[in-house]
Amino acid sequence: MSSRVCHFKLVLLGDTAVGKSCLVVRFVRDEFFEFQEPTIGAAFLTQTVALDDATVKFEIWDTAGQERYRSLAPMYYRGAAAAIIVYDITNPDSFAGAKSWVKELQRRGDTNVVIALVGAIAGNKADLESRRKVDFEEANAYAEENGILHMETSAKNSNNVRALFVEIAKSLPKALQQPEREAFPIVMQKQETRNCC
Amino acid sequence: MSEEEEKKTFDWLPEGMEPLADGEYDAIIMGTGLKECVISGLLSVQGMRVLQMDRNNYYGADCASLNLTNLYKKFNAGTPPETLGANRDFNVDLIPKLIMACGNLTKMLLHTKVTRYLEFKSIEGSYVYKAGKILKVPATPEEALRSPLMGLFEKRRFRSFLLFVDQYDETKPETFQGKDLTVMTMRQLYESFGLVPDTHEFISHAMCLQLNDVHLGQPALATVKELQTYCYSLSRYGTSPYIYPVYGLGGLPEGFSRLCAIHGGTFMLNRDVDEIIYNDKGEAIGVKSGNEMARAKFIVGDPSYFPKEKVRATGQIVRCICFLNHPIPNCGDLESVQIIIPGPQVNRKNDIFVCSIASAHNVSAKGIYIAIVSTKMEGNEADKEVIPGLALLGHIMQRFTMVATTYEPVSDGNDDKCYISSSFDASSHFEGDVEDLLSLYKRVTGKDLDMNINADSVEADY
Ligand SMILES: Cc1cc2nc3c(=O)[nH]c(=O)nc-3n(C[C@H](O)[C@H](O)[C@H](O)COP(=O)(O)OP(=O)(O)OC[C@H]3O[C@@H](n4cnc5c(N)ncnc54)[C@H](O)[C@@H]3O)c2cc1C
Ligand SMILES: Nc1nc2c(ncn2[C@@H]2O[C@H](COP(=O)(O)OP(=O)(O)OP(=O)(O)O)[C@@H](O)[C@H]2O)c(=O)[nH]1
Ligand SMILES: [Mg+2]
Repeated sequence: MSSRVCHFKLVLLGDTAVGKSCLVVRFVRDEFFEFQEPTIGAAFLTQTVALDDATVKFEIWDTAGQERYRSLAPMYYRGAAAAIIVYDITNPDSFAGAKSWVKELQRRGDTNVVIALVGAIAGNKADLESRRKVDFEEANAYAEENGILHMETSAKNSNNVRALFVEIAKSLPKALQQPEREAFPIVMQKQETRNCC
Repeated sequence: MSEEEEKKTFDWLPEGMEPLADGEYDAIIMGTGLKECVISGLLSVQGMRVLQMDRNNYYGADCASLNLTNLYKKFNAGTPPETLGANRDFNVDLIPKLIMACGNLTKMLLHTKVTRYLEFKSIEGSYVYKAGKILKVPATPEEALRSPLMGLFEKRRFRSFLLFVDQYDETKPETFQGKDLTVMTMRQLYESFGLVPDTHEFISHAMCLQLNDVHLGQPALATVKELQTYCYSLSRYGTSPYIYPVYGLGGLPEGFSRLCAIHGGTFMLNRDVDEIIYNDKGEAIGVKSGNEMARAKFIVGDPSYFPKEKVRATGQIVRCICFLNHPIPNCGDLESVQIIIPGPQVNRKNDIFVCSIASAHNVSAKGIYIAIVSTKMEGNEADKEVIPGLALLGHIMQRFTMVATTYEPVSDGNDDKCYISSSFDASSHFEGDVEDLLSLYKRVTGKDLDMNINADSVEADY
């Protein structure tokens, strides 16, 4: 077994209130809040998935509401290796929304990105079976047609949440992981290190 | 995508009008330029409800980094030739600037933790134009000793001057060496070290980044501090004091917009403001866009969103964006460089800046180099003003020229609740712009921004 750690940026897309933030919070902290605030504060979380041959570390970008009026900053998807598009199985509009996000990704990505891009659609709130409005088979067929992964999840009872991320981690081309870049984040400086000519 | 939500109704809404977004806000910000995005980020972190709008379909306003489509559209230049490469590989800055590694913008990025959304790279070389030649601004004492910029004895004087500046601390009189920099002018300070005018020119323009010679007759303190920033920045990351965000400067406003959004801010691109609405005291109380309206306690924006009588023109800047298929000649084949042409070298009052960045910084397709020449206009023929800069570039494949009039607000905004930023200045860095930003912040909130505390205390850290 190798201890190789691969970093991947993963973005979450989907209509408001489908449960994007709840999915992340369930995956990262194993918590669920009935009254999750619309994404405030935490829009940048990390979590690792250990596979047989590598450890995948996800940097997860939650949308933070900029999608509400279609005003996502390009930095949000730049360099993303995977996207999870979430819909709510009790809300057919959110499924239509998911489809238009898939189109948007297909339109935006060039071949390079598409190869490296793992799309997943997650039908969330699968615990609400009695109020289901989106047929599992229909969603599955759509995903297959477009070559993307599809799963139904529940952030509430945690069903399939980890499994979804594990599936994505497995299908990410590890060799294609973002190359080591010379770019650096800026970090706090120590004033003492000054040495002028 | 997000389906039309139930529109709320408000008793202040005129007949036939709909609420814009959520209808009621603490602040409406117009434009998504860097300054506006920093303000909206800081305000929303403090719990204010913010609506930010922009007439363009991209972030960044005047300081956006455009892809080819948007760039060609902006300059009415038709469709971009396919030979240039993929649209998305381009992030062309409309305002060329570099970030001082230890300057105020970096502090602002650290303070707000927007650093976590961005990655930077050093700019490889910093050059100065002297007597027809491009010379490297020395980055180390050894380079200074080898540099053809000065004679042998001058080099020693230069060294002792830099040693003085390095140890100078305005709070410690023992570092003053008997010089009172609040009184002594910069020219007097240079002369007290025996430095000759040629050296004054290169230190002032290529290191202190002065745009003209006005500072020579002013107290030296401000200029000395700029030199300190230059030297600390230089010692921090490498061969030049400048850093640059990969994918272009447009990442800066985007980063701050994200800070705002995760604290609940609402963003609407591609949405112009048709009208600012005032109460009978002349205070702005909201904005109208189409048949929609939103209210707020005050509004903030760049000069282009306000009526002419609220701003005044302060000058004109010409900027030439050039596509090259080679690095700028005579700069050691480096991809990313800045060249400063001190005004007096080419019979001008104001310096000309040349800056080149390419695919290593993710702003262009491989093999294409973006060089931008800019200066303050002194006459009225834009093409003439930039000639000395263009002359350094070698063959130019494509050139876009724009002349921007710069504006500043006529009042501080407290009376009309219209807080207006100034246009970006002609300098090659952000130090002056951050000063304007801090002043804007103070006018809006009544407080100085304390850059020592962390504005963002969320747990979502690395
Ligand atoms: C999941 C995902 C992953 C991606 N990964 C990468 C990646 O790794 N690397 C990469 O380079 N790109 C990536 N992209 C694509 C990239 O983020 C954008 O598509 C690209 O920056 C826009 O250029 P374009 O030529 O494709 O779009 P255009 O068709 O020219 O523009 C599409 C829309 O984008 C907006 N837009 C365009 N330019 C700007 C601008 N300068 N500023 C603000 N808004 C603008 C406008 O609203 C415009 O309508 C990814 C996209 C997605 C969806
Ligand atoms: N029953 C059930 N409710 C869920 C589930 N996931 C989320 N919710 C609820 O759905 C609501 C919205 O969840 P969020 O995670 O905030 O949705 P979001 O997609 O992040 O919304 P925005 O941030 O506004 O885009 C909350 O009230 C959650 O409690 C789930 O799996 N089952
Ligand atoms: Mg959310």
